[in-house]
Amino acid sequence: MAHGTPRNHGGIAAAGRLILRRLGSALLTLLLVSLVVFTISALLPGDAAEETLGQSATPEAVAALRHQMGLDQPAHLRYAHWLGGMIKGDPGQSLVANMPVGQVIAGRLPNSLTLAGLTAAVAIPLALAIGILSALYRDTGLDRALNLMTLGMVAVPEFLVATIAVLVFSVTLRWLPSITVVREGMGWAEMLRGYAMPVMTLACVTVAQMARMTRAAIIDQLNRPYVEMALLKGLSPARVVLVHVLPNAVAPIVNAMALSLSYLLGGAVIVETIFNYPGIASLMVNAVTSRDMPLLQACAMIFCVAYLLLMLAADVCAILANPRLRGQ
Amino acid sequence: MTPTVPLREESMAKPVSTAAGRVWHLLSGLSTSGQVGLALVVLWLVLGAAGPLLAPYDVGAFVSPEVFDGMSARHWLGSDYLGRDVLSRLLSGAQYTVGLALASALLASATGAGLALTATVSPRWVDEVISRFMDTLISIPSKVFALVLVAAFGSSLALLLLIAAATYTPGAFRIARALATNLNQMDYVQVAYARGEGRLYIATAEIMPNMIHPVLADFGLRFVFIVLLLSGLSFLGLGVQPPNADLGSLVRENISGLGDGALAILAPAVAIATLTIGVNLLIDALPGRGRRITGGR
Amino acid sequence: MDAAQDHVQVSGLRITAPAAGGQETPIVSDVDFTIPKGQVLALIGESGSGKTSIALALMGYARGDCRIAGGGVRVGDTEILTLDASQLRTVRGNRIAYVAQSAASSFNPSRTIMDQVVETAVGRGLLSRPAAEDKAVGLFRALALPQPEAIGERYVHQLSGGQLQRLMAAMALMTDPELVILDEPTTALDVTTQIDVLRAFKRVVRQQGATALYVSHDLAVVAQVADRIVVLQRGRVREAGDANQVLEKPADIYTRTLMAAARPPAQARPHRPAPQQAPPLLEVRGLTAGYGRVEAGVPKIPVLRDITLSIAKGTTLGVIGESGSGKSTLARVIAGLVAPAGGQVLFQGQPLAPTLSGRTREQFQRIQLVFQNADTALNPAHTVSRILSRPLSFYHGMDGRARDRRVADLLDLTQLPAGLADRRCGELSGGQKQRVNLARALAADPHLILCDEVTSALDTVVGAAILDLLAELRRELDLSYLFISHDISTVRAICDDIAVLYAGQKVEMGPRNGFGDAPFHPYTDLLIGSVPEMRQGWLEEKETAVAPPPLATAQDANLCRFLPRCAARVEGLCDRLPPPRIVLDGGNELLCHHDGQALQHLQRGRQSAINP
Repeated sequence: MAHGTPRNHGGIAAAGRLILRRLGSALLTLLLVSLVVFTISALLPGDAAEETLGQSATPEAVAALRHQMGLDQPAHLRYAHWLGGMIKGDPGQSLVANMPVGQVIAGRLPNSLTLAGLTAAVAIPLALAIGILSALYRDTGLDRALNLMTLGMVAVPEFLVATIAVLVFSVTLRWLPSITVVREGMGWAEMLRGYAMPVMTLACVTVAQMARMTRAAIIDQLNRPYVEMALLKGLSPARVVLVHVLPNAVAPIVNAMALSLSYLLGGAVIVETIFNYPGIASLMVNAVTSRDMPLLQACAMIFCVAYLLLMLAADVCAILANPRLRGQ
Repeated sequence: MTPTVPLREESMAKPVSTAAGRVWHLLSGLSTSGQVGLALVVLWLVLGAAGPLLAPYDVGAFVSPEVFDGMSARHWLGSDYLGRDVLSRLLSGAQYTVGLALASALLASATGAGLALTATVSPRWVDEVISRFMDTLISIPSKVFALVLVAAFGSSLALLLLIAAATYTPGAFRIARALATNLNQMDYVQVAYARGEGRLYIATAEIMPNMIHPVLADFGLRFVFIVLLLSGLSFLGLGVQPPNADLGSLVRENISGLGDGALAILAPAVAIATLTIGVNLLIDALPGRGRRITGGR
Repeated sequence: MDAAQDHVQVSGLRITAPAAGGQETPIVSDVDFTIPKGQVLALIGESGSGKTSIALALMGYARGDCRIAGGGVRVGDTEILTLDASQLRTVRGNRIAYVAQSAASSFNPSRTIMDQVVETAVGRGLLSRPAAEDKAVGLFRALALPQPEAIGERYVHQLSGGQLQRLMAAMALMTDPELVILDEPTTALDVTTQIDVLRAFKRVVRQQGATALYVSHDLAVVAQVADRIVVLQRGRVREAGDANQVLEKPADIYTRTLMAAARPPAQARPHRPAPQQAPPLLEVRGLTAGYGRVEAGVPKIPVLRDITLSIAKGTTLGVIGESGSGKSTLARVIAGLVAPAGGQVLFQGQPLAPTLSGRTREQFQRIQLVFQNADTALNPAHTVSRILSRPLSFYHGMDGRARDRRVADLLDLTQLPAGLADRRCGELSGGQKQRVNLARALAADPHLILCDEVTSALDTVVGAAILDLLAELRRELDLSYLFISHDISTVRAICDDIAVLYAGQKVEMGPRNGFGDAPFHPYTDLLIGSVPEMRQGWLEEKETAVAPPPLATAQDANLCRFLPRCAARVEGLCDRLPPPRIVLDGGNELLCHHDGQALQHLQRGRQSAINP
């Protein structure tokens, strides 16, 4: 039996192997995701050559362009070509912008990351505070009030939050601009004013999600015997939650954070559109409207990579937080 | 054995036998917020079913000389950007929103639960293939997945229904599979295997009845997610196409009234919020809400 | 403090739990008792007796929605129930300490043991961290824990149940408490571990001069530690007095019932079938099973190794072993739920297919499985009648009135009221569920029933009634049982033959009589010798088993599995060669390097605990 024998060295190696295995699984998933994305977008009736040349083009011209773009090749070759380009950072030519997709995205990605980063910086501490507070004061008036608040925030569509924010802060109070302009050399104050509403709107939903999952994770632990033991040792409820419960709730909480942050990237679609913000989510909406498939595929893959990275990070955190997996 | 004291082993719980009795028992035990949720859900289901019958005006009729008019006796919710009656359009939009989302959520939950049961009682490789495929789909954020599908296939009503269902099937599958796998390990299921029972019997008679409650709660959540997804798509102009309009389309078409704080834009947005909050309140009040931990939209 | 005054006084204690309709039901009513300074008082009772609720009330604590509704608890000069939350915190873990039933779940899995042991003493400023650690190491040593200097740096998952239970005692004693509450502290342990833990507890509590409250359902364990005993039933005191008086001359009829059920008398054997030429009902040959990939006939995680046994028609084979011995896996392999990696199972002379898919309906029907925990063995979505009807229609094609009649018969056979048929099993008591569980197996008309710890989850009195029922059914229906248990007295009470499993190896098998007196396999000897007797002083008389030194080399899979714990092992022999199978004069077959005489010599003078 393994009982009673410390396994320091074997443990660390085991944790490393576990992390490597998760990484491998994430890469496999990414490959399958690319297959799914490519398959769906290649089922399209009509193709990029027709789109580019428009209705009036002669069949010969379309066929020539199709050959030039490699669209007359069998599907698996096109997939291999596309995947190879994606890996090399060259996902093709944007049909609408008429420039490489890589360039189009490079101009937008930093904006999206800034928005997500700012929102995360606001949302995570707030969510943790709300989650821990309501778990600590479980079944009291405070908990019920916080619960109703987060429940409402989870259920409300972003465009309602954004609309009300615009009504209040731009139309009525005239404090904030109703669209967010991003340009070089913005001052701090200007940036803060510009980002306030998009960040607020996005944070609303993510805070609520994270806070609810944090509370649930902590309460799940509160029913365990070691918590009763800690209380019977004469520890204060605050110490029980902070010192005893939190370390055990790290895995589900981090997982909730990762899920919510991945939502931030995709969920920014509506917020970016309303505030006319130049990020990749609004870029993707444009790609859908204009049926710019290479751009759409690239955007979708970026979101999937982000999701898998976040999940991987959460897994690694969970492994490191668990002494059984960490192999103390 | 020596003669014993008469032993009543344990006190027996009072039986609640009929199905209707159980439902009544459940509903009467709801908290205040749960009752509010139930009322909102029932209200929207009724409005969704009977909306056009209740509408005072024709959906497409231009009935007011004023655009973005406020509340009045003739137009309870004012008029929209073309001078149409907002209340009538709202009732018609509710029908699209509630009907589409209900059908989609049903499809997603049924497919998810069905695949989960299949994966659970089938040989290991079947489970692995299904689970791997669902894991792949779940790695594509739902809005992104829906956008790709819309771009590829378009957005007719039937397609929207399928797209929304496809988007939320993997999540339904993941939850149902976790439930079914746990139940599959229960002793009473093992006893059924040892009795020589077939897979179909085990899936439908032994496992399914015990996962129905959490699956129903999950169905409620899927419904909320789908309402938000479809309204979001319509708001972006990628969902329900004119002349049809769901609640999200109403917000979009009246966006120019935002500066005036028009009712035409607030009313549909608030309508969506009351619907989704109602469902959430109801689910939250049901017993065993710890399962909500797997939320996220 | 006045020495003549009792140290702990509980008077008129009432605890209530919320019930339907805003009412409260009492779970503890009018309980009075006192504990003199330095003495150990035991609270005895079955589940639902309120014993744990009373123990927790001594710390001013009530679980869940329960409420201490009235009465008083005085410890020393402090009226516990009048203290507010922050005053209670200064008492808990300091003047009054608690040792929980399951140390494995009562320690925090993500902090080191030492952090948790010194937490209260350091947090209160009673000791500096280094001083506290020194004191903890001293306690670890006093409790006979291995590597006392280093064990504190480990986490829960790296320690065994017995070690954790002792570490929890050390945690309780860190602040030199005046009152220690031990809540079923050895119930989750194997019987061979229990004895060492009991001994360690008793010594250390006595050294500290603490007053103790010991909560248990097991009278024999209590007899070893208690000065006074309080017997509880459904929240009321049935009997209270000196341990000696309660054990020797119980005044209350309920106490006598408990004592009778704790040690079931051997069932008279109806008949010993004459040796038949026909093959035995069930035969297991060279069975190896486990989990994970099978390489060269051995699975990655082996659970059973080379098991051979047989059951004749109408007889009962008892399989005994502690947790992890593989006894439940044995039942699952026979039932077809786990495919064996090697060996064969024959039923009525015919080999059974390794997996479910290869078996015939007739074979399924003749072998039925009854699980330990009736809570999980009955589908909560089905009514009793549906549960019993399914095998009737599945195996016998019965329906309509015939089936209903048979369901009524089965309820009658298992001594259940007919009105139960329309209930769901969530509405039944534990004993009733186990009877339904049995009735379902009987519905198939089986020849062999595999009983996996069928009485372990039940209170002793209820469990004893189930054993009676099993014996009666065997007489009436000519059934055979494979009876799996961790409790040697239960197995000896109802089985014709007994097989002893240790870590997946069958170390001894023979007729029940062969388990009366030495010689035994060294493990059987340890097992039988570890069952406490229901009298005071047994623990003291019991010579301290000398724990053998740890093995120098890693254990080879082919050697005797009991080697690391065997006090009788021979260096150079047992750690080199696999043990041979020997047959003793009494008919018992052993897996050991010693012969009968040598074992007799080693175990001489040691009387068996209970004669069958």
